[in-house]
Amino acid sequence: MNGPLTKKLQVGWFTFTCCEDSTIVFTEVLNDYWQEWRKRIDFVHARILQAKNTEGALDVAFVEGAISSEEQKKRLEKIRGQATWLVAVGACAVVGMPSAQRNQFDEKTKQEIGFILERFHHLDHVLSVKEVVKVDAELPGCPMDPKQFVAVVNKALQHFAIAS
Amino acid sequence: MHTIDLDLSLDEVTKVEGAAKLEVKVRQGKVEKCTFAITEYKRFYTQAMRGKLYKALPQLLMRICGTCSNAHLLASIESCEKALGYEASPQSKIMKNLTVAGLLIRDHALHLYLFAMPDIYGKDNFLAFDDQDEEQHQHLHDAFAIKAAGNYLAQIIAGRSVHAINPVIGGFIKVPTQEEVDEAIRSLVEVRPAVLRLINTFAKCDWHFDRKTNYMALVSNPYGYLEGEIKDDNGGVISENRYRDHLERVVLPYSQASGYTYQGESFMVGALARMNLSKDTLHADTKKDAAAALKRFPSTNIFDNNLAQAIEILNAMDTAEELLRNTKFKVEKPVEPTKKEGVGVGVVEAPRGTLYHRVEIGADGKVVQGMIVVPTGQNQINIEQDLASLVEQLINKGKNKEEIQVEMEKLIRAYDPCMSCAAHFLEVNWS
Repeated sequence: MNGPLTKKLQVGWFTFTCCEDSTIVFTEVLNDYWQEWRKRIDFVHARILQAKNTEGALDVAFVEGAISSEEQKKRLEKIRGQATWLVAVGACAVVGMPSAQRNQFDEKTKQEIGFILERFHHLDHVLSVKEVVKVDAELPGCPMDPKQFVAVVNKALQHFAIAS
Repeated sequence: MHTIDLDLSLDEVTKVEGAAKLEVKVRQGKVEKCTFAITEYKRFYTQAMRGKLYKALPQLLMRICGTCSNAHLLASIESCEKALGYEASPQSKIMKNLTVAGLLIRDHALHLYLFAMPDIYGKDNFLAFDDQDEEQHQHLHDAFAIKAAGNYLAQIIAGRSVHAINPVIGGFIKVPTQEEVDEAIRSLVEVRPAVLRLINTFAKCDWHFDRKTNYMALVSNPYGYLEGEIKDDNGGVISENRYRDHLERVVLPYSQASGYTYQGESFMVGALARMNLSKDTLHADTKKDAAAALKRFPSTNIFDNNLAQAIEILNAMDTAEELLRNTKFKVEKPVEPTKKEGVGVGVVEAPRGTLYHRVEIGADGKVVQGMIVVPTGQNQINIEQDLASLVEQLINKGKNKEEIQVEMEKLIRAYDPCMSCAAHFLEVNWS
């Protein structure tokens, strides 16, 4: 049995501008891994799983979605400061698309949506995660590939010396 | 008299799909402000779809939402098929129904177990359920087994459970093997007792909130999600084509998404509305084994949306099992269009309610314009009116701020809202 001092992997899951498809894939991966991960992982921050989320040091922060506003940018920078590893998850985080599709709109369409961008303080351009902070690993795909996700989790469990 | 003042602000509603915030202001016991604001940043799909080749449209628009992605896919395919006169084959209709079944099983199970059930057991996180407690231990195992069965069904029929690849305009590009079909049947049969336990759990749940409202759903016989007419619970009937004309859009300046009213009033779409309007058309095995729970419907208790979802999982399994047993899947080439241009409407019942896609395709094969109305937008005003009324009730009962916040989150979760969907677009007037 795990003693009180047994360390669990401290994981956060954060979502910015996207459709949360990788969040859903994560919950599907749990179908096979929930028993093992319950013992070895603390979900310190994961809005999809719990109401009580804490701010603080993380071994791994998974970041999904593109960055649309100054507020999101500051939030991402804060997460970067808290996390030893930061993993960009899914196409919107890795390359910005499709959430960044407004970057390519013509002038007329840009004018059409301008009042919304202003009202909700959007950035001029939607950014991928690595355009804002340093990224340690990327899980591309729309949604992310479940096998690659499991591989990164296993790598982290090993790297941070989490007992099995 | 209650002369309480209260300010409640919750920046992130949790255990829901997407980001939303809640603000409540009570003065002298009266609710002066109660807003449920969607805080997802818009991704402007309505603008992005213009000028795209229509054949690429469903694969773009399903990216509106991660969890009900396959509902958007099917609604967009239907709108394009209707616009250009595609006649889908009987087998592809069966496969669309199976795609919906897979989606419904895994999506409702995610909501019921991971989002709603922790509140029943006084836990914050479903994964923190107690292994030593027989009931909680059983739920843990049931949850992931049911989700896995839905996930597997979606994979063999649609290719993936999120952003599926097999359904295309005109048909399916791949069919399941007999071994896969047999395995899907086996897993559905195996988890059926777990679904009966789930129905029982939500049938025993005594949460209650009532407020007179209207219910709308796409109704067909047998109980389905893809065809039929939209009905309300006052006997009104609307064709798919005319649905949008009957909804009034309401701009909510504090929210990144619009709300809608029907005949000037708030209304509710989703499993509760479907169950209220068409429980008589459920699969015979579902009606038999969920008979006691079904007596609760029609219901105006919003928390019965949870029970309705649990019954819908059973119905999706029974329907899927029968379709899988009775179909010999053959490789078919997707059919061709019969027209070069046109306007089409696709209405499907997504897990959270009626989803509307409209597309206008030009002779060059490009999208001229389109429009999408999602379930959470339609429920938004109903959610806010429920919340305001709930807060007043709780204040009259002398509840404190923390208790009120917990109850409000529970009520929001009962709607199973999807904020990613709600904030995908900027609706412009159709000209």
